Amino acid sequence: MASVPSEPESRKCVPVASDDDLVVARREGRILAEQLGFSTSEATLVATAISELARNIVSYARRGEIQVSLVHNGTKRGINIVARDEGPGILDINLAMREGYSTSGGFGIGLPGVKRIMDEFAIASDVGRGTTITITKWKR
Amino acid sequence: MSKVGSLRSKGVIVDVTALDVLDSFASRTVRDLAYMIRLRGAETVIVGIQPEVAFAMVQLGITMEDVATALDLEEGLAYLDGKTQHGQRAL
Repeated sequence: MASVPSEPESRKCVPVASDDDLVVARREGRILAEQLGFSTSEATLVATAISELARNIVSYARRGEIQVSLVHNGTKRGINIVARDEGPGILDINLAMREGYSTSGGFGIGLPGVKRIMDEFAIASDVGRGTTITITKWKR
Repeated sequence: MSKVGSLRSKGVIVDVTALDVLDSFASRTVRDLAYMIRLRGAETVIVGIQPEVAFAMVQLGITMEDVATALDLEEGLAYLDGKTQHGQRAL
């Protein structure tokens, strides 16, 4: 998955520390998704994925950032989202990716749900150092 | 929640028309609200879930078990009319 970031002007970084920031991050994602020609449904999927990741940052790490950018890989174009925080990290990634598992009293569908609605999903986490989740949705 | 008591409400409509995203947290909040209102003796109906929001919710795996939904405010009121004997309404 060699996603190459394209034009730097099509990249936005949103600091995330409160629920209000979720709205900003979602909007930036939606703007880029629409720029790329995604349908309203696809743009909503992207906005929903951003919302889940930003919500995780606020609940588990308190603060972090969401970076949205347009990327290309050969002729494919897509939207890439990186959610980064320096929070407590995830102790057991397999467990966190399991449907129905939650430590916050949520539905436990956040991460597995995000993985399902995106085309690419990568997670890197160091306990005590933070978590980075990278997701991509390609234009069909 | 306290209004359900002070107004002796039989029905509550939650209008989410303005929401462009209902992620798992927001959905859970809405569902929990409906459960709490039910414990207070009133019915809740969620109205105005936009088509693309519904699509994303299903893709994400969200279920709103035992929570009534209706297309819009009008359908929500009709639903509550049928559910509450005297058609008492409260928003």
